[in-house]
Amino acid sequence: MTVRGTAGIPAPARNSIPRPVHQPAPTPPGAALRSKRTAGWVTALRYAGLWLLVGFFLMPVYVLLVTAFKDPSDVTVTGIFSLPSSLSLDNFTDVWPKLSTSFRNSLSLSIPASLISSLLGCANGFVLAKVRFRYANVVFPLILFGIFVPYQAIVIPLAQTMTDLGLRGGADQTGGLAGLTLIHIIYGLPITTLIFRNYFVGLPDSLMESARLDGAGVMQTFLDVAVPLARPAFAVSIIWQFTASWNDFMFGAMMTTRESWPITVALNNVAGGQSIPFGQAMAGALLASLPTLAIYLLLGRFFLRGVLAGTLRDA
Amino acid sequence: MSGPLRLPGASGASTGQPGTEGPHGLELIGTTPAHRPRHAQAGVERDWLHQPPQPVSRPGRMRRVPGWLAGLGLMSPSLILVGVFVYGFIGWNVRVSFTSWEGLTPVYDFVGLDNYSALWNDARWRTDARNIVIFTTVFVVGALALGFVMALLLEKGARGEAFYRGVFLFPMAISFIATAIVWRWLLDNGGGADTAGLNKLFGDLGLGFLRSDWHKSESSWAIAAVALPAGWALSGYVMALFLAGMRAIPNTFRESARIDGASEWQVLWYVMRPALRPVTFSAVLILIHISLKTFDLIYALDQGNLKIDTPSLYMWFTTFDGGFYDRGATIATVLLIGVVLIIGPYIRYWLRSERR
Repeated sequence: MTVRGTAGIPAPARNSIPRPVHQPAPTPPGAALRSKRTAGWVTALRYAGLWLLVGFFLMPVYVLLVTAFKDPSDVTVTGIFSLPSSLSLDNFTDVWPKLSTSFRNSLSLSIPASLISSLLGCANGFVLAKVRFRYANVVFPLILFGIFVPYQAIVIPLAQTMTDLGLRGGADQTGGLAGLTLIHIIYGLPITTLIFRNYFVGLPDSLMESARLDGAGVMQTFLDVAVPLARPAFAVSIIWQFTASWNDFMFGAMMTTRESWPITVALNNVAGGQSIPFGQAMAGALLASLPTLAIYLLLGRFFLRGVLAGTLRDA
Repeated sequence: MSGPLRLPGASGASTGQPGTEGPHGLELIGTTPAHRPRHAQAGVERDWLHQPPQPVSRPGRMRRVPGWLAGLGLMSPSLILVGVFVYGFIGWNVRVSFTSWEGLTPVYDFVGLDNYSALWNDARWRTDARNIVIFTTVFVVGALALGFVMALLLEKGARGEAFYRGVFLFPMAISFIATAIVWRWLLDNGGGADTAGLNKLFGDLGLGFLRSDWHKSESSWAIAAVALPAGWALSGYVMALFLAGMRAIPNTFRESARIDGASEWQVLWYVMRPALRPVTFSAVLILIHISLKTFDLIYALDQGNLKIDTPSLYMWFTTFDGGFYDRGATIATVLLIGVVLIIGPYIRYWLRSERR
């Protein structure tokens, strides 16, 4: 890969997008005057372009915020861009009872799903990078493909299996949540495996080797050396898996009943119709996005690495 | 060699020890050459940091489970789960596509390719196929162009770069459902006094000629409007790819071109463009595959609007609302073939370039 195989970038710098290296360019004589004048214009244009783009990306956020915090009587679709005449939390208090159960459902499935999936992924990544076995070179690409599989291609057998196991919908006492958690663990494995595998590949073998020379077996080395070393990879993996499980819609819609809906399904049912007041739809969308947004704001660096890992890229 | 990014001596240090490569030639992934024994027997898996004859013989060695077996044991839960839930289910789904299973009770007869030929003649499928081509084209080109421009604007380091990057990338943290719920109001097609959303914004800015019926349009290009929220959600990701790619180009390349008198456009075209080819390649394939799979965004944007119907939505509705499991499995198989054709070469390319 370009980033990986390029000279001049020390390994630690690859942990995030490298910062620009400022080197004063030796300017050809005579060009100095011209380039100084144009450089000013270019910089101004660059910032103008950046702010135009910021406007594009934040415009939906603006609409969401001004609408959600308006008094419900103040909300009109045609006044979508106008500022609220007074601040009100009524939209939130109106919509929250319709979402609170599913919010808890999503928490109760995303947290275990991300933790267990990451732990299994850590074991796989450790084995693929540091232990290896015959046919590991066949197994790894097959696991990788799991990242990209369109879920439509497995959803019929999955629905059938979950029904047969009594884990789907009303037949299950958790209303399908347990099965949904299991599904997120399983389909998270390819990406968590990749995250940890790439992390362990970057560590020198000597770290594990000394444990081996001290007489530690694979299992002990994994638990005592690899897991503690992999803390940064756990951050990337857990964050990515939490976001993916929280934002999933299709599996949730397939597996759950009304009481056990995850947040995305509930949001779509509550706020997706035309019948709901527009202010509540916006407040609901904001509430449903808060956990992942908070993670993004606090731990954006790890989030970015998860995003790029998900497409076989490291940055 | 993939473009000028690979400097002599930069990588490739991991290969080239004759006789140490296994029969598959793939075993080098991730092993550090310094620790690889020169006399490792070909064909023997790289056992738990396999250093065959240890200088010091340890009394405990004999009793222990071989490293590769312990490793396999550690991975076996995942291998079984992925094997069954990904590959077993893919096979099962393909099997269903050869049956006439309609309704809640599974039927496993064999009707050959009947479902595939029925799909070929299905008017809704044909519309969906055209829709997905239009959507993919507009979305991929748009997101690629936008992401590239964003990366280019940031590449030299803007003051407050972290802020801009944060703004461009945050939509990726948000579910497609929430994204669609906001955008369905922005893409409102009301007219006259009911003008809202983007159309109202255009009117206020004196850009009224841009107003559109968006995805509610009668045109067969209605689905192109979905590329707007999709691009909003994902072009930040393209930016991140390009930015990482641009920053990986050694500065000396550009500087030497400038010293040779190249204009900035020439630097962009002759230095950056070829150097960014691998990144562009990844981005295009990833975006195409995302576009083929797009489901919840369209579902939540305007459920049931056949103007923006796609194969992945058709599969869902015909299976779980209609009970046409045979047709659903057939659509899913076609979708899978599409993704395999896009992603298969990509994984190969990635593994090969990683090995260098």
